Amino acid sequence: MSKVLSLADAIHEYITPHCSVFIGAAHEALIPFAAVYEIIRQGTQHLTFCAPISDIASDLLVGAGLVDCIHAAWSGNVSGGLGHNLRRAAEHGVPHAVEMVDYSNYAMALALQAAAMGVPFLPTRSLNGSDLIRSRAGFEPFMWHGQPLVAVPALQPDVVILGVQKADADGNATIDGPVGMTHESLMAARHVVVLCEELVAKGHLGQESWHLTVPGFLVDAVVAVPYAFHPSPCLGYYGRDTAFFQQYHRESRDPQEFRQWLQDWVYVDGHADYLRRLGKDRLTHVKSEEGVMSWP
Amino acid sequence: MALKEPNPVQMMVIEAARHIRDGEIANVGMRLPLLAFALAKMTHAPHALGFFDAGIVRSLPVQKAFVTMCDAENVRGSVWCTDMMDLMNLMQRGKVDVGVLGGAEVDGFGNLNTSYIGPADAPRVKLPGSGGACDIAMLSRRTVIMMAHDKRRLVSRVQYITSLGYGHDGRERERLHIGGGPEVLVTDRATFTFHNDEHRAALHSIHPGFTLSEVTDRTGWEIIPHGAVPLQTKLPSDTEWSALGRLDPDGFWTGGG
Repeated sequence: MSKVLSLADAIHEYITPHCSVFIGAAHEALIPFAAVYEIIRQGTQHLTFCAPISDIASDLLVGAGLVDCIHAAWSGNVSGGLGHNLRRAAEHGVPHAVEMVDYSNYAMALALQAAAMGVPFLPTRSLNGSDLIRSRAGFEPFMWHGQPLVAVPALQPDVVILGVQKADADGNATIDGPVGMTHESLMAARHVVVLCEELVAKGHLGQESWHLTVPGFLVDAVVAVPYAFHPSPCLGYYGRDTAFFQQYHRESRDPQEFRQWLQDWVYVDGHADYLRRLGKDRLTHVKSEEGVMSWP
Repeated sequence: MALKEPNPVQMMVIEAARHIRDGEIANVGMRLPLLAFALAKMTHAPHALGFFDAGIVRSLPVQKAFVTMCDAENVRGSVWCTDMMDLMNLMQRGKVDVGVLGGAEVDGFGNLNTSYIGPADAPRVKLPGSGGACDIAMLSRRTVIMMAHDKRRLVSRVQYITSLGYGHDGRERERLHIGGGPEVLVTDRATFTFHNDEHRAALHSIHPGFTLSEVTDRTGWEIIPHGAVPLQTKLPSDTEWSALGRLDPDGFWTGGG
C-alpha cells in the first residue's frame, strides 16, 4: 500500500500536540521547511522541537508560539547570526518561555544513537569542562577505571521528518550529499515521515537496496512537494537562497514585522501558494545558481 | 604587486590560516574559520584535509566562497560524504590535529562562550550555542581561535564555557587528564599564544596598522608579552592576497572586495 500522504495530512496525523519532533538531520541542507510551515499553519502547540542546527526553523516555530522545549546544539540564523524570536523567548519570555536543552553536535548524535541501540546512555570524552555538562539534557560525568567520561542520555523523538532528494511510495529513499545525523535519527525515532523533492516510480530505488539511505519498511509516511526545503539547499536540485534567510533576519527583528512575515509566507494557501509568492524568477534563480551541482 | 595594507578582518583570516599546517586534519567551524581553512588549502597547506561536521571530508580547495558547509560548492570535489558520527568518532580517537573556532566571547585562558551572556536561565543575550564547537575544543589535538578584538569579546572571565580552553584557572585540562587546548588566539588586531606554564594568553604579535595601546585598550585581561617586545604580524603575501580575493571576491565575509 502506498505511504504517500499530502503535506497537510501527514503533518496532521504525525505532528500532534505535546509530541517531540526531530528535523534538520542533514544540518544546513535538506531542512524540511515545507513541513515547518505546515506545522505553523496547523498551529500544533506544545511541541518539543529537536534539531542539531536547522537554521531558522527553530526561530520560526518559537516565534509562532508552538514550542515548549528545544533540544538543540545550535539555534539561530546561520546567515544572520542570532535568532530574534529565540532571543525574545529566552530573554523576555515572548511569546512565551521556552525550555532550552543544550547539546553539542556530537552529544546529540550520541543521544540519538543510544535510543537507536535501546540503551539508556552512551559515553563520550566530550562535554567535560564545558558548562554544557549542566544542561537539562542530564549529562552525567563518571569514572571508568580512572578515565573521566560523560554519560549522554538517550533521546528518542516521537517523529523524525527526514529530508531526502528521492523517495518511492513505499518509503525507500536516497540522499545525495552530506547526511549529518540522518542515520541516527532514522534509527532512533518512533515514527518516520519522509519529505522528498521527487517521488520516483516504485522499484526504481529498491533495485539497488545497498544504496538506500532510508529503507521503506521503517517509514510511516511519504510526502512529495517541489522545493520542499527552500530556502535551504537540495543538492542536485537547487542551491541555498541566502537572500531569503537575510530578509527573514531583518523582518523578524520586530515582533509586529515577524507576524507580517508569517502572513506573507506561511499563513498562505498551502505550499503551492508559497511557491507562487516566491515567483518563477526566484525559483529559477536558485535552480540556476552557479554553486548547484547537476547530479546524475 | 606592491604589498597593500589588509583590513583587520582580512588580516585575521590570513593570520589564522597560517596556523593550519600542511598535511594536517583540521575540523572547521562556520563562517570565518571556514574561510581560514579554505585559504590555508589554497596557499601553504595543499595537503591538509578538512572535516566538516555535517559529514564532509575535503581535500581539494574550494574555488569560490560559500555560506554554509553544506552548500554545493563545499560538497563538490569532496573526498567523502558520510555520517557526522564518523568524523566525531575519529576526532574522539585523536585523529584531528587542529580545530578552528570562533565565538562571541573568549577569556585569557582561551575559554569560549557561544551560549549565553548572563545567567543561562535568565540570559541577557541568548547566543546560538555550541554546534560542534564544544566537541572540537575537547577532542581535537589543538585549537586556533578567531575573534573580533573588542573589550566586550575579550573578557577577563567568560560567564559560560561552551568550548573549554584551559578552564578558569588554566589547570582544567590537567585535572581532566586531557591534552590539547588553544594554541593561538587570532583577533583582527593581534595574535596571542598560550605556550606559558599558566596557559594564559600572551601577546605575540600586533597586526600592521595597530599600536600596543590600541590592543591593550580593547582587551579585558592584563596584557602579558610573549617575548620582550611584541612582534609585528607578517603582512599578507601575494599568494595569500590572491587566494583571499578568489574566496571572498565581493567582501561578503571580510568586508574587503
